[in-house]
Amino acid sequence: MQTHSYDVVIVGAGGAGMRAAIEAGQRSRTAVLTKLYPTRSHTGAAQGGMCAALANVEEDNWEWHTFDTVKGGDYLVDQDAAEVMCREAIEAVLDLEKMGLPFNRTPEGRIDQRRFGGHTRNHGEAAVRRSCFAADRTGHMILQTLYQQCVKHEVEFFNEFYVLDLLLTTGEDGVRRTAGVVAYELATGEVHVFNATSVVLATGGAGKVYKTTSNAHTLTGDGMGIAWRRGLPLEDMEFFQFHPTGLAGLGILLSEAARGEGGILRNGEGERFMERYAPTIKDLAPRDIVARSMANEVREGRGAGPNKDYVLLDLTHLEPAHIDAKLPDITEFARTYLGVEPYTEPVPVYPTAHYAMGGVPTNVETEVLADNTTVVPGLFAAGEVACVSVHGSNRLGTNSLLDINVFGRRAGLAAAAYAARAPRPALPEAPEADVVALLEGLRSATGTERVAVIRAELQETMDMNAQVFRTEASLKQAMTDLDALRERYALISVQDKGQRYNTDLLEAVELGFLLELAQVIVAGALERKESRGGHFREDYPDRDDTNHMRHTMAYRSLDAAGRDGIVLDTKPVVTTRYQPMERKY
Amino acid sequence: MSTTTAVLDDAARTSTDSKGKAGEIAGFDVTIRVRRYDPEKDTEPHWEDYTVSAYSTDRLLDALHKIKWEIDGSLTFRRSCAHGVCGSDAMRINGRNRLACKALLRDLEPSKPITVEAIKGLPVEKDLVVDMEPFFQSYREIMPFLITSGHEPTKERIQSQHDRERFDDTTKCILCAACTSSCPVFWTDGQYFGPAAIVNAHRFIFDSRDEGSDIRLEVLNDREGVWRCRTTFNCSEACPRGIEVTKAIAEVKQALLTRKL
Repeated sequence: MQTHSYDVVIVGAGGAGMRAAIEAGQRSRTAVLTKLYPTRSHTGAAQGGMCAALANVEEDNWEWHTFDTVKGGDYLVDQDAAEVMCREAIEAVLDLEKMGLPFNRTPEGRIDQRRFGGHTRNHGEAAVRRSCFAADRTGHMILQTLYQQCVKHEVEFFNEFYVLDLLLTTGEDGVRRTAGVVAYELATGEVHVFNATSVVLATGGAGKVYKTTSNAHTLTGDGMGIAWRRGLPLEDMEFFQFHPTGLAGLGILLSEAARGEGGILRNGEGERFMERYAPTIKDLAPRDIVARSMANEVREGRGAGPNKDYVLLDLTHLEPAHIDAKLPDITEFARTYLGVEPYTEPVPVYPTAHYAMGGVPTNVETEVLADNTTVVPGLFAAGEVACVSVHGSNRLGTNSLLDINVFGRRAGLAAAAYAARAPRPALPEAPEADVVALLEGLRSATGTERVAVIRAELQETMDMNAQVFRTEASLKQAMTDLDALRERYALISVQDKGQRYNTDLLEAVELGFLLELAQVIVAGALERKESRGGHFREDYPDRDDTNHMRHTMAYRSLDAAGRDGIVLDTKPVVTTRYQPMERKY
Repeated sequence: MSTTTAVLDDAARTSTDSKGKAGEIAGFDVTIRVRRYDPEKDTEPHWEDYTVSAYSTDRLLDALHKIKWEIDGSLTFRRSCAHGVCGSDAMRINGRNRLACKALLRDLEPSKPITVEAIKGLPVEKDLVVDMEPFFQSYREIMPFLITSGHEPTKERIQSQHDRERFDDTTKCILCAACTSSCPVFWTDGQYFGPAAIVNAHRFIFDSRDEGSDIRLEVLNDREGVWRCRTTFNCSEACPRGIEVTKAIAEVKQALLTRKL
């Protein structure tokens, strides 16, 4: 075992982690621990753009952006946080340009902007051109640019280090604060303890709880999982976004930019069905509405294909040169993986699990909360792992690339500032003990259950019972299945017993996080007897502001026998200027 | 060489299930021949055959997962996004560098064993995993970040659409190392910067906003720099992003000769 000491430890090297590292690295002794090489992070898969009211191509302002964000989130957004994000968006885009990000340009040489779902002028009048982009690889450009800046600033990375525990200590003042993290080095199998004054969680999402997902294999909710196991709450986990246009059967993302550039969704009868569901902005309605409309078309027998189980994304009316200039990557995905030529054929699409609106609760300073109000000193979170909450019950397209830049930067600054004023906390006794026990328990286990089988069954039940449409019965079925899977998980074994690059062992660890997080998602979904944003209950199809316009706060409980359970509480929504209205587009 | 066969297990199939793939469903058995090496157990690398059931639209990555998840959990490879944008899973497949997640089985002559080995020229750590550090070291040496002087503008820098287009091709790089590890010069001379580092230098040298071209060109004028390129075009063929790598290298050579961008 090795022990290290840093002012700031950042966990994760996607957009949020690296944006934080650029700030913290210039102000304090900073280490970035990442389970992947930084440029492998899933920020790189984001396509369509990053919204900011630059008003480069038409009238716009950040207040309209804030309103769209609040309405898009079906009024579960904390409005003070949305104001911060949309106001700082402009500076965040300009910062990236100054770092060298190659944005597409207007004829005048300024940053070009395009339309995106749910982004409107003057509180819903019409779609507005707000998304700043680099073809359909904006996330790739952001990830590369942030990594380039980390190279420039000589940020210290620990690549392929899996952080498996969060260290919290209670001082003489009775306050529970951060003391660091424990990590597993993939190359050697060695355990490392990092004593740190500040820790920033920036580990991304947990899309692998679902089978059909746009998420990478590595998005297993590790950051949410370690916080959860240390007794910290998770907020609004029942809200999971299903992106409308995944490649049918595969889940690979086709950007909303396809519709922003003029693409149209059609059912099996060739009808532009979004005209019925969102008469004003049609195909550019927010993702929850489009995904639900698509699923409904299929359910009512108007799907396309031999099994009528998908709908079609039609780009055939667009000029091939326009497609090549603005949507080169996603059209290549259609050719490579489905053998479909988007110039001439519509592309089969179906909703795919995409984004966790919920996560580790933070305030606008990115400080992690231990309950509705109490800050955990020294612990910060930003990006998809966190819930600020700027996305409420449904995130608008492009607002995640914005989130990681605005709150990643804030986290880096806040972590460095805290480390400058607070002493390095002492490590708890035997800080590595729990991680060593977890790993050795898995390595020496001799059960007959297989990780891949349990994971597949987890993903199957979540797709079947906790996806776009949910009911009390389906969610109870999911919970029953998850309970049984967790019992079987206790009986797994891994085949690779080695120390070097033991990815077999780590897949087992990751599955543990996925199972527990799936239970939190389902528990919250059962309790929320209303439909709001990404959470749609067929047995409660209306939004219920009287009883449910509040955040869900889930806590891990332990019974006398040491078995864990879930206790649910609520947290008020912060409302500043927008009172809830019916959500029509 | 040993052979193992997967028992078909529907429950363990992943999101690559045939469902919804425009009606095309034709299952078949395919043999994957993997060059394996675990320094904790093996004195030298050896080939091992695995037969798995697959669909023609499956990617090689799906077959590797099937082996790992159903036959031998110790088979080790890197992967993440599984659709060709993260650059984790560059491998030598039937003797050619490709991403396992972009190589469809039906395009790999699946009637014969498909060979899979680690990319060449970088130290093999375990099975298909190589040490990427020398590769990233070369990348860092070309100073892959925008270099400017003077005051920053209050708003964005202005760049014409034409100037933006000038370096568009080389912005696509995902640092997968497929190009560099396909280069015969790199195989014999590990000090050579390699195509990927030159591609990333090109990305900044031809960016109208950048003022660091002279320094980068000097770095690449080194004896281990662009002049080692023998124009074999392996790199261009290997690039999973379709970057015209050899052309980018030629443009850097030209810039060095004329010192004109």
